Amino acid sequence: MKIRANGQERDLPQGKALGAFLEENQFQRQRIAVELNGEIVPKSKYEETILRDGDVLEVVSFVGGG
Amino acid sequence: MKEQITEEQIREALCLRHTEAVQKKLSAARTAVAGLGGLGSHIAFFLARIGVGHLHLIDFDRVDLSNLNRQQYRLCHLGMYKTEALRQELLELNPYLQITADCVKVDEENLRQLFEEDEIICEAFDRAEQKALLVNGILEHFPEKKLIAASGMAGFGDSNRIRTRKIAGNFYLCGDGESESLPGTGLMAPRVALCAAHEANAAVSLILGKEPC
Repeated sequence: MKIRANGQERDLPQGKALGAFLEENQFQRQRIAVELNGEIVPKSKYEETILRDGDVLEVVSFVGGG
Repeated sequence: MKEQITEEQIREALCLRHTEAVQKKLSAARTAVAGLGGLGSHIAFFLARIGVGHLHLIDFDRVDLSNLNRQQYRLCHLGMYKTEALRQELLELNPYLQITADCVKVDEENLRQLFEEDEIICEAFDRAEQKALLVNGILEHFPEKKLIAASGMAGFGDSNRIRTRKIAGNFYLCGDGESESLPGTGLMAPRVALCAAHEANAAVSLILGKEPC
């Protein structure tokens, strides 16, 4: 299935969990905010959220400084 | 003895620059600045100067000498709580602004109660974890509020890489997204202020009913 993650098209197996996707792409959980199809996904829901064909994912990774 | 400038005089001066219609919106706006360091102190000054009527300042920390390379404080403020130092400075610009200050560290427990009244929230923290905490909390509990955050502003040069981006809905992100503050590539006033100006400018656009980017 295909999803759009941070503007890029990605090919993923059916039933891929968001939590697994984040881990495989080396996102640090404490430093990110995830929007799926325009809505925030609470951290507690990362594991149970299953990505689907056509999903639009925005993972914002924050860096320190301000 | 010099007479104190009246509220009407300040209002007129602002209207002359901005027009009455614009000033009416700015004066009614309620904006929070979460974090009063390099980003936040500048954002607060920018918004105060143009007469954003209600400013909510949040920071738990005190002014330190090491802050002065980028933060809008002076030597006389060393040791003071940033909320207090900044409030005093802003009231010198315009004593008629409504400024509320919370000298607290934002966490998951106090987030909802802290930001209840604010229409626009400018994230201006230093640590990535704090940025993520605030952004997640606001997007989850207050998705209708406008949220402007910042990430990536360390070093110097590369001004054109500091951008404002709409992530989704009411969430905007300023900065270059990459330049982390690390030993050797620290935060410096010009580039931090550039990012702060992006945030403040985005807030102004949103107050006036326009998209920032």
